[in-house]
Amino acid sequence: MKRIVIHEEHCIGCRLCEVHCLVQHSRSRDIIKAFRTERDTVLPRVHVEESGPISFALQCRQCVEPVCIEACISGAMHRDEITGAVVCDEAKCVGCWMCIMVCPAGSIQQNMTGGGASGRHIASKCDLCYGAEVPACVANCPNEALTYEEVPEAAPQE
Amino acid sequence: MQPLTHRGRLFACQSIRDVGDKMVLSLASAPAFIVERDETRCIACQVCVRQCANDVHYYDEVDGSVRSHDAQCVGCHRCVTLCPTHALTVRTNPLEFRPHANWTGEALRNIYKQAETGGMLLTGMGCDQPFRIYWDHMVLNASQVTNPSIDPMREPMELVTYLGAKPERLEFRPEMVSAGEDGERPSGSCMALTTEASPQLELQVPIMFSAMSYGSISLNAVLSLARAAEAAGTYYNTGEGGLHQALYPYGAHTIAQVASGRFGVHPQYLDTAAALEIKIGQGAKPGIGGHLPGEKVDLDVSRTRMIPAGSDALSPAPHHDIYSIEDLRQLIYALKEATGYRKPVSVKVAAVHNIAPIASGIVRAGADIVAIDGLRGGTGAAPTMIRNNVGIPIELALAAVDQRLREEGIRHRASLVVGGSVRNSADIVKAIALGADAVYIATSALVAMGCHLCQRCYTGKCNWGIATQDPYLTKRLNPDMGARRLTNLLRAWSLEIKEMMGGMGINSVESLRGNRDHLRGVGLNQVELDALGIKSAGF
Repeated sequence: MKRIVIHEEHCIGCRLCEVHCLVQHSRSRDIIKAFRTERDTVLPRVHVEESGPISFALQCRQCVEPVCIEACISGAMHRDEITGAVVCDEAKCVGCWMCIMVCPAGSIQQNMTGGGASGRHIASKCDLCYGAEVPACVANCPNEALTYEEVPEAAPQE
Repeated sequence: MQPLTHRGRLFACQSIRDVGDKMVLSLASAPAFIVERDETRCIACQVCVRQCANDVHYYDEVDGSVRSHDAQCVGCHRCVTLCPTHALTVRTNPLEFRPHANWTGEALRNIYKQAETGGMLLTGMGCDQPFRIYWDHMVLNASQVTNPSIDPMREPMELVTYLGAKPERLEFRPEMVSAGEDGERPSGSCMALTTEASPQLELQVPIMFSAMSYGSISLNAVLSLARAAEAAGTYYNTGEGGLHQALYPYGAHTIAQVASGRFGVHPQYLDTAAALEIKIGQGAKPGIGGHLPGEKVDLDVSRTRMIPAGSDALSPAPHHDIYSIEDLRQLIYALKEATGYRKPVSVKVAAVHNIAPIASGIVRAGADIVAIDGLRGGTGAAPTMIRNNVGIPIELALAAVDQRLREEGIRHRASLVVGGSVRNSADIVKAIALGADAVYIATSALVAMGCHLCQRCYTGKCNWGIATQDPYLTKRLNPDMGARRLTNLLRAWSLEIKEMMGGMGINSVESLRGNRDHLRGVGLNQVELDALGIKSAGF
C-alpha cells in the first residue's frame, strides 16, 4: 500500500500540513469556516515536531502489525478493508486512550470534543484522508517534505 | 522641503527609535511596505509568523490574533505566497514626500540612511534604475511568402552550441590505404582531416547558468543549478565559492571560476570542472572586489573556500597578478598548462566603456571564451551607487565586441557569452542575432527557484532559502524542486527559441548567430542603431 514518507531535510516547519489536515477533517471542508467555527471539535492529525532548525511532520506510520488495533478494547481501531489504512471507527471509540498508550510514534491524539456538543472523547488519528488519491498534508506541503509512495510492506518507514 | 525646525513639523517627519539603551531619532524609519491582513480571511494559523526571517509577523496570545511590524518588511512575498487563505497583501507604502522630480523619495531616504549610519548603501540583485532596455527596442523578423518558415514540431531544429576557439582553417591530407608490402598509398578518393580542434564545451541549449558562488547562495541553490545543468545538457558556474564536496559528481557540467580571491582553487577543483573561467569583473559591480561577510562563512563554506570559519571572504578588486593583457595571458596559459590543454578557458569581464578593445585583448591573450556581463547583471551584494551607475548595457557591449572581433578577423578564436539581465527567450534570440554564441542567466534562474527580487541578498536572511546560509532558511529550497523548475525553464525557453527561429526560416542556431539582418530597431535614434549595428524598423 501507499504510505506517507517523511523527508526531514526538506521540512520547513510552516505547519501548512496541520492546517490542511484540519480542514480536510472538518465538516465544512472550508478553511475559513473550519478555523472560525469548528476549531474546537476537530484536530489536525499530523504534527510538526521541531528542535532547532530540524523539523518534520509526523502522522500515523501505518504499521504492518499495528499495536493500536491489538490494544483497542472496543474494536474501533481497525484496518480499512478497501484502503488498507489503519483507521478509528469514531462511532465505536470509547475514549479509553489505550491506543495512545501503545502507539510507538505518538501519532494518536485525544479529541475531547469529537462528538461536537455531546463532548464525546474520541481517538483522533490519520486516516490517509479516507483513501484520497493524495492525502491533504502531502498535497499541500510547499516543499515536498512529505510524499505519498508505494513502500514495500516488509520495510515500512519507522 | 521646509527646514525641520518648527516643532510641529519635526514631530510629523521624524520618529523615535529604540536602539539598545538610548532613544535615537530616525528620519528613515517609515515602513517601505504596508502589510495588509484581511481579518475576515486570517485564521491565525501563524504560517506567516514562522516563515518571515525578518520577524514582521507576530502572534498576540492575548487576543489570539496575528499582527505585523511593517517597518521590517522587505517585500519578498514569502508570507503572501504561503498564506493558505490569501489573507495577506504587501503594498508599497503610499506615503509620499512632496513631489520633486530631482529630489525623489529614494534620494531623500538614502541621505537619511547615510546620515544616520555613515556607511555605504548596500543592495543586492541587478540595477533597478530605468535605463533603456535595448532588448525591448529590437524586434525580430519572420518569413512571409518569399521564403518559407519552418515548423519546429515537424522538422529538426538545431540548438546545439559549441563554445571554444574554432580553427583558422581546416587542413586535410589524402587518406592512406594499405598497399600490401609497399606500406600505404593514397586512396585517391578520400581525404582525412588533420586539423585538431581546441577543447569545446557542448551545450544542448545556448543557455548557461552564470556564476553564483556557494556562500553567496545556499548549497541547495547550487545543487539545483548543477542538477538542472546536467539534466538540460548545459553548464553552471561555481562563482568564486569553490566546489563543495556534494558538487563533484556534477563536474562534467561545472565551469570553475578562478577569481581575484582564489577561494577554493586547488588541483582537484581545476581537474573536476569541464571548463575554467577567470573572473576579472562582474556587471553589477565593475571594478570592485567582493565581500562575503563572516556570518555567511560557516564550517562548510570555510572548508570549500579554504578560509577560516567566520572570517570575511574579501576578493580584491584586481587580480594582484594581472595588471595587463600580458599578465592575463600568463594566467590563462598557467591554467591551460595545469589542466593539460584539455579544457577551454573563459575570461569574464564587466561591460565597460572600452569593452571592444578589451575583448580583443582577451582573445589575443588566448581565451577560448569571452564572457561579458552587462550593467543590469545581478549580485549578492554591491554598493548601490556602483550597481546603479557603473558599466554599460550588455546589448551595446555585445554589438561592439562582436563587430570589433569580426573586423580584426579574430571572432572565430573565441566564443562570446553574454549575461546581465536575459529575461526571456526573445532576449536570447536577440542576443544571438547580435553576435553572442550563448547567454549566461542568473537572475532568471533565481526567480525560477522562488526569488522575488526583494534585493536584500546581502542581509543573509533570504526567506526563499537562496541567498542565505541560515540552516532554518536553506531548507526552504528543496533542490529536487529547484532543479525541476530550472529544467522546465530551459525546456520552455528552448521551445520558444525554436519557434522563433523557425519563423525566421532558420533551422540551426549557427545560422542565427550574428545575423543582425533579422533585427530591427524601434524607437531608437541613429546613434543607437549604429552602435547596435542594426537597421531601423521600416528599412
